[in-house]
Amino acid sequence: MERTSTGVPNEKMLMWAFIGSECMLFGSLIATYLAYRGRSIVGPYEEELLNIPFITVTTFVLLMSSLMMVLALSAVQRGDPRGSKLFLLLTALLGLVFLAGQVFEFNHFAHEGLGLGRNLFSGTFFLTTGFHGAHVTVGVIWLLTLWAMAMRGRLGPEKSLKVEVAGLYWHFVDVVWIVLFTVIYLMSGASGA
Amino acid sequence: MTDGRPRVPGHRRMLMFAALAIASVAAACGGDFPQSSLRPQSDVAREIDSLFRGIFWWAMVVFVVVEGALIVAIIRFRERPGAPKPRPVHGHTLLEIGWTLAPAIILIFIGVPTMITLWRIDRPPERSEVRVEVVGHQWWWEFNYPDLGITTANELHVPVGKTVDLRLRSADVIHSFWFPRVAGKRDLVPGRVNQLWFTPDSVGVYPGQCAEFCGTSHALMAMRLHVEAEEDFERWVEQQLREAVEVEEAGDDPLVSAGRDLFFGAGGCISCHQIRGTVAAGILGPDLTHVGGRGTIAAGVLENTLDNLASWIKDPHDVKPGNLMLDMGLDDEQARQVAAYLLSLE
Amino acid sequence: MATAEAAAHSEGKAGGTYAGGLWSWITTVDHKRIGILYFLSGLFFFLVGGLEAMLIRLQLAVPENTVLSAEVFNQLFTMHGLTMVLFAVMPMAAGAFNYIVPLQIGARDVAFPRLNAFSYWLFLCGALLLNSSFFFGGAPSAGWFAYANLTSSQFSPGHGMDFYVLGLALAGAASIVAALNFIVTIINLRAPGLTFMRLPLFTWMTLVVSFLIILAFPPFTIGTIFLLFDRMFGTLFFEPSGGGDPVLWQHLFWIFGHPEVYILILPAFGIVSDVIPTFSRKPLFGYPVVVYSGILIAFLGFGVWAHHMFSVGLGPIANSAFSGLTMLIAIPTGVKMFNWIATMWGGSIRFRAPMLFSIGLVAMFTIGGLSGVMHASAPADLQQTDTYFVVAHLHYVLFGGTIFGLFAGIYYWFPKVTGRLLGERLATAHFWLLLIGMNLTFFPMHFAGLHGMPRRTFTYPAGLGFEGYNLASTVGAGITLLAMLLFLLNFVRSLRSEATAGANPWEASTLEWATSSPPPVHNFDVTPEVTSRDPLWYDGIALPAGEEEFHMPNPSYWPLVVAGGILMAAAGALVGLPVALLGAAVALAGIYGWSFEPIH
Repeated sequence: MERTSTGVPNEKMLMWAFIGSECMLFGSLIATYLAYRGRSIVGPYEEELLNIPFITVTTFVLLMSSLMMVLALSAVQRGDPRGSKLFLLLTALLGLVFLAGQVFEFNHFAHEGLGLGRNLFSGTFFLTTGFHGAHVTVGVIWLLTLWAMAMRGRLGPEKSLKVEVAGLYWHFVDVVWIVLFTVIYLMSGASGA
Repeated sequence: MTDGRPRVPGHRRMLMFAALAIASVAAACGGDFPQSSLRPQSDVAREIDSLFRGIFWWAMVVFVVVEGALIVAIIRFRERPGAPKPRPVHGHTLLEIGWTLAPAIILIFIGVPTMITLWRIDRPPERSEVRVEVVGHQWWWEFNYPDLGITTANELHVPVGKTVDLRLRSADVIHSFWFPRVAGKRDLVPGRVNQLWFTPDSVGVYPGQCAEFCGTSHALMAMRLHVEAEEDFERWVEQQLREAVEVEEAGDDPLVSAGRDLFFGAGGCISCHQIRGTVAAGILGPDLTHVGGRGTIAAGVLENTLDNLASWIKDPHDVKPGNLMLDMGLDDEQARQVAAYLLSLE
Repeated sequence: MATAEAAAHSEGKAGGTYAGGLWSWITTVDHKRIGILYFLSGLFFFLVGGLEAMLIRLQLAVPENTVLSAEVFNQLFTMHGLTMVLFAVMPMAAGAFNYIVPLQIGARDVAFPRLNAFSYWLFLCGALLLNSSFFFGGAPSAGWFAYANLTSSQFSPGHGMDFYVLGLALAGAASIVAALNFIVTIINLRAPGLTFMRLPLFTWMTLVVSFLIILAFPPFTIGTIFLLFDRMFGTLFFEPSGGGDPVLWQHLFWIFGHPEVYILILPAFGIVSDVIPTFSRKPLFGYPVVVYSGILIAFLGFGVWAHHMFSVGLGPIANSAFSGLTMLIAIPTGVKMFNWIATMWGGSIRFRAPMLFSIGLVAMFTIGGLSGVMHASAPADLQQTDTYFVVAHLHYVLFGGTIFGLFAGIYYWFPKVTGRLLGERLATAHFWLLLIGMNLTFFPMHFAGLHGMPRRTFTYPAGLGFEGYNLASTVGAGITLLAMLLFLLNFVRSLRSEATAGANPWEASTLEWATSSPPPVHNFDVTPEVTSRDPLWYDGIALPAGEEEFHMPNPSYWPLVVAGGILMAAAGALVGLPVALLGAAVALAGIYGWSFEPIH
């Protein structure tokens, strides 16, 4: 590894700075969501649509993927090829399950008459969660790429930084979801059942 | 390196030249400024003006100190042959504290009057004597007097010495209402209702215009403020309240009657314009019930004369690019007829 | 010697000498070459934006002029603002970041050379995309601030606003990527001993600006995405009839837009903070205070955006808060001015071109700063906002401040980049003409504005008293143009002169002057160790004996492929889905090609 002034690897610092920038991105989306909450002129309204139990399950899935990510990094670091492959794949798969849940939810909302341009809720909801979904998608592609490298035996402990940086990104995306889950779902006034 | 030295007096000379040039430009332009924010004619405008003048003099003090120090430094410490090497001074804590505190103290002298003025003018008025609803359109102004039942366009009439209470909204995009002589700007934002008030203190006609870029002909969205003596205002109100029918019967010039036929017939004018007391009840364009009595047309862009009005009717897009008024395909003669009819509506 | 061996070591890897030819520029990942590309592109767009300004001044020379139509005028003032801010000043500053910062910190390149090339190409794609709108049905015409809902498909039909959104999305992403790179570079690649409190001020301000960029651009990006969705997919973010609020755009825009003005000025502050000590032969007075005031300006810059919105009607509480916070910015800015003057005080000032422009900055920015305090006062601003008074103010800070600072930098570092000095006589003429030209252009605007002339008007009637001021401004603009021609003449002539500058023609103190002019590909044969703030003045540099092993990165065309793919994807939003998908595929393929390409 190259010498750096702080001892922190460049790639890792890049990711941290990028995450700082992303915070402003999601912050703007969340602020808009909050500013427009309850200001839709026509329905369907958020409290009629949001299904908290369902999203609680997909949220749990995403959190578990973060756990898998931790295990994957530790496997790569200690040079355990089996664990590396397994946990990287599991992380990506759980991400995919979360995405499938989002696709299902979007579809369901569309069937309920919530087109993209229907009201303020539809625009803010689809863009905010959609932006997050796009981030998860990028993460899944990234993880699958790492998994493919592991499958070809090219992800030894010397490359653990790659996994660590991907992990930083993945955990960040998860944390953003916790915020979105709280702001959009838990604070929506939708019934819990 | 000596090439810096002869230039220093030159530097000073150039500065003086620049100052002179600027001063002469300022003097050359010292004409009449009917739209100037520096010639306030209302309580609000006077208050803003005196606040601004206070800040201006503080700024002048800072300007003189900073530029003076700069000029002294570059003259006194220019490179001279044989001078000793400059001492490597790295800083001075007391000085740093001093020039942090000095601007902070000046800011108090600016900030406190700012807050006082702000809290006086940025709140609802104590009295509300003439209420007007202003609606911004691309690119003209609609004025409704809800208490008087008057609707007019582009020329706002108010009595002197009375507090005018404006509610501002927009029919399309963001505009900004600005009569510099009587008040600062206030935006007209679609979906919101804003408030602005002032008490004009001198009779006169003051120009104003839209101050927020609002599309192609933003530059041509002007208006007039008529501050009138109480009795003149009453007369204007009375005249506005009359329906157009009464006016129509007054004369029967052939030009006017041909124009009237066109207005209500082939010209298609009534689909957008209203003339109270007639079948013309369009709402897209300005109310024309008393258009003949206005001093200007097309939102303060043209004097309200027969020729101007005719050319406006003939080719509105030539006068005001991109505007919503339709070109109804009238020829010169027809346009003159319609114009004559409209001018009869005093 | 270390040099020969190092050169031999990296031979065939673009390490020893530069390869020639167009392809070597297209595939370059060298920070110095990318810096030159950035600078030349920025200079080109500076001329484009300048010509737009000339046309604007031509139309306004006399009242009721008809040189330009209303629509064309509106396109020109929109593009003038966008071009100057995003495609002229930022890239010219980025050119200096790229070329100078690694040299100032004793590094061989930036932390991520290919990412650096990528940000350049992406910026160029964004700039070309937006400017191509002139040839595809008209440029955007709603102002650089593009207030909703004038930008909706109802009020801005045509593709101008789509070009705005897409072009700025690309340019914004390019800026963020570049800024991330510089944050890592400055924090992580400093030479041994070069602690933060020893960094040259230009590097410091680059770091601060980089943080501003990564934090300020995302809200704007979100705003443009909302606008894109409103225009293309019928969402209601800024649509009043659906409950949307056009003022939301103003918030998102100015949360970006106000820090953006510090993104434009702080690099210039950094430059003069390096230039003034050099030409006064004295270290910077109050170094830590100058650093901290720069950071404080940036920090406060995030809390003052609504001072652009005093006339919106946000109410007295918001207006007083933003009024007060805005005034506070005057304090750190004033502190900087005083420290620069104190640096000159007791010095031995050489009036060479970089110093002339630095003095010009101090003198002119003061005027702009003071008018800034005038409209920090919300009630006063109600008369000033959206008038020519603000146009005067912003040009005193951006022209008198940023452009003067950038010219100081150009004259200062030209010998480092080319090994040649810019002609001093033409430079002096350039300075004086520019100073006179800008004052004659912008000073009368103060009066025009106070006397009631609004901004962004394609014409004005005779009789309101605006005629003399506008004519003076137009004459001033002509003088400014003349000054620029002198500069270009000097630039071209000096490039053809003999390379006699030497490593340190100004006898400056910072690390970029420790290597040859122009520097070798690898910048320094051995990484210097730094023991003082002004290493070249006070024996603050130590060159470790022995040779040093290093690898210079390989050239790569993948950054261009990825940028091109993104451009294609963006153009696809206008042309059609297949093009967009193809572009995305190219970009993705490019990212894979890039990721698995060996670096060295």
